[in-house]
Amino acid sequence: MLRACLRGANATARNNFGKTRLTNLQHCRHYTAGETSGGGAAKVVAAGLVTVGGGIGGTILYAKWDNKFRAAVENNVPYSDWLLGLALGPPSPKSGLPIKKQELAQPPSMMDKQTNVSKAKSEKKVKEAAESPASEMSPVPIQPAQSIEEASAEATHIISAISEVTSVPAPCDTEGAAVKEEYKDCHEHQDTSVTAAVHPDTESPTATEPLKERPVEEVAAILAQQDQEEQDIATSVSASLEESLTSSAKATLQAIGAQEAALQAITRHTLKLKEAMEAEVPPQEKSAQWKDLEAALADRTGAVNDAETALSKANEALDSLKSVIDKSKGLKVSAVRPLVLAAEENLHNMVVDLDKVVTKVHSAESEAKIVSQYSELVNEAKQQFQREVSSLTPEIQANWKGLTGKLSSDDLNALIAHAHRRIDQLNRELAEQRVREQIHIDAALEQQKLEDQKALEKAVSTALQHIKEEARLEQERKLSELREVMEAEMRTQLRRQAAAHTDHVRDVLKVQEQELRVDAEQVLSSKMLEQETRYRQLSQEQLDNFTLDMNTAYARLKGMEEAIDSHVVAEEEARKAHQLWLSVEALNYTLKTANADIPTVPLEGAAQAVRDSCHDSDFALALSSALPEESLHRGVYSEASLRARFNSLRSLARRVALIDESHNSLYQYFLSYLQAALLFEEKQEAPPAQLCSEDLDPFKLLSYASYCLEHGDLELAAKLVNQLRGEARRVVEDWLTEARLTLETRQVVSLLSAYANAVGLGTTQAP
Amino acid sequence: MADEHGRKWDRCLADTAVKTVTGLGVGIMFSVLFFKRRTWPVSLGSGLGLGMGYANCQHDFRSPYLIHGRVVKDQ
Repeated sequence: MLRACLRGANATARNNFGKTRLTNLQHCRHYTAGETSGGGAAKVVAAGLVTVGGGIGGTILYAKWDNKFRAAVENNVPYSDWLLGLALGPPSPKSGLPIKKQELAQPPSMMDKQTNVSKAKSEKKVKEAAESPASEMSPVPIQPAQSIEEASAEATHIISAISEVTSVPAPCDTEGAAVKEEYKDCHEHQDTSVTAAVHPDTESPTATEPLKERPVEEVAAILAQQDQEEQDIATSVSASLEESLTSSAKATLQAIGAQEAALQAITRHTLKLKEAMEAEVPPQEKSAQWKDLEAALADRTGAVNDAETALSKANEALDSLKSVIDKSKGLKVSAVRPLVLAAEENLHNMVVDLDKVVTKVHSAESEAKIVSQYSELVNEAKQQFQREVSSLTPEIQANWKGLTGKLSSDDLNALIAHAHRRIDQLNRELAEQRVREQIHIDAALEQQKLEDQKALEKAVSTALQHIKEEARLEQERKLSELREVMEAEMRTQLRRQAAAHTDHVRDVLKVQEQELRVDAEQVLSSKMLEQETRYRQLSQEQLDNFTLDMNTAYARLKGMEEAIDSHVVAEEEARKAHQLWLSVEALNYTLKTANADIPTVPLEGAAQAVRDSCHDSDFALALSSALPEESLHRGVYSEASLRARFNSLRSLARRVALIDESHNSLYQYFLSYLQAALLFEEKQEAPPAQLCSEDLDPFKLLSYASYCLEHGDLELAAKLVNQLRGEARRVVEDWLTEARLTLETRQVVSLLSAYANAVGLGTTQAP
Repeated sequence: MADEHGRKWDRCLADTAVKTVTGLGVGIMFSVLFFKRRTWPVSLGSGLGLGMGYANCQHDFRSPYLIHGRVVKDQ
């Protein structure tokens, strides 16, 4: 375009110059003079050069400003890229894409890192997870294994222990009940050892079987005997103890009572004596008092004697009780021990009471002694005085208080002088006594001390004895308690052992039972299976034979029925096939109704007929529905008409061969027309088997297509025409569509006819 | 489709002829009326007419290949 413009401009410029020279000369004369025609040519050349240079400069400037224009110029004008590069430098690089690429490169690396990290993490986790379950699994199996081992070890221990224990019956020195239990366990152990031949730890149970049975019975008898004896002894001992206890108790009570009575008598006596000594009462009452006193004394002596005897009796009884207790202790039977203990306690208590009462009596006696000594002294003094008085005055009678009227003054004086002398004497005695008072008191104190000490010692000894006795009793009691506790504990442990043993035995029995059951069931099931299979076989044979006969008969019947049915069906099919074939033939015939430039009649009717005649064949239905709409409603052109059309189209296509989307200006049209006019190609040329790029030239294609059409190959012609591009293609589009339609319809019809033929052939029956 | 080509040519030529003649006429008119019977308005007019016809013709022939775009607003 640019060159055209340039040329045009040059041409017009020249024309203008040429045309307006005459007119310009008139104007130019005023301004310029001496313009020659040579200068005119030079001017023209110069103007041309200037224009060209200006054009090139403008192009370069514009290219500098607009890169796209530069690229376009470089693409279209040869050597312009060299020129522009020289003038402007290399084109500026496009920096947009590489950055993007870099950015794209960076995130992938980050993602890779992340994925790697995550992969590593996941791997680690997987490893850990694998390890931890493994490690968890390993300790867990180890622990159960350990526990199982331990349990098995324990079991073996127990089994071995039991097997060992069975040979020795438990020693029986304790309660009969506990022993009986143990005996029972022993018996059971024996049984298990008899039945558990499976256990490897039992030591030849079968050999020791007869040996062990007998001792057990004997031991049982002995044990029973022992029990009986013990019980007898216990009863007897308890009876004797009771007897002695009661007797001793009675005696002690009696003794205590007697002692109490003695005590009371003594106290009464002493009281009376005191009264008698101190009280100043008239003589009659005095004699009565003295009589009372004597009576009391008698009482006292009697009571004391009674007390003595009772005490002795009680002591005897206590001694006997003690002896009985000792004897029963010597028997070593546990049943009587508490009884013994109780008896001892009672004994002790009685002894204590007795001693207390005895001490009381002794203290009362000592008091009484003092009082009696005092009374004796007083009596002695009185008698002494009486004797003195009687010696002085012999005629005076005993009852001297009533003699006051009979006595003379001499007697009285003598009596008074005697009295004075007595008084002097007594005073002297008194003084003497006072002097010896201290010594006597000391002696008396000493004596008293000795006596007190003796008494104290006695009391201490008795108290010590009592305490010792008490302590011993306490100890005995505690011992018995402890023994009971121990007995109970031992009983519980034995019971536990027995329970464990029973559990074990139960388990073993269960296992054995199961095993035996399994075996028995297996045998039973195998036998049953055998029988069943045999029975089934026989019955099956029978059935098979019968079914075979039945089947053969039935099959023959069925065969006959089927043959008949198939005949019917085949005839039906044949009819249908004939119908289909007829309809397809009709369709085929309609295709031939096309004339030159007139399409066929619409194929709708024939197609409908075909559809009606092939309801059950999907293939045929599909094919009949595959007929293009145009052909159904309008009909298709025949091959001849298409051929004729093509010839006219060919020239048109030749004329617009150069035109396409990019080359479609009028100038191109002109060039294309020129080409068509100048280019000659074969009218018809055989197309090669394979098209190469040279063959895609429209002229060649058209000659190939003509050849194909002349030889009746519409399909290949259409294919070749399909290769046209650009305006030529647009021009032949219509023809191509029509050709396609015709080809489609023909194909469908041919398929249908082939199908109908095939069906028809298929339905013919072999003679 | 083949006929279309022929029809286009007919239209094109007719249109060009009309335009050229019209241009010529206008040019003559202008030349006579305003430009003192110079030749250049005539040639200009005829050239204009020819050019327009050419352009129209070309546009007509290019019409199936022209893509008419529309601005789609981003929403």
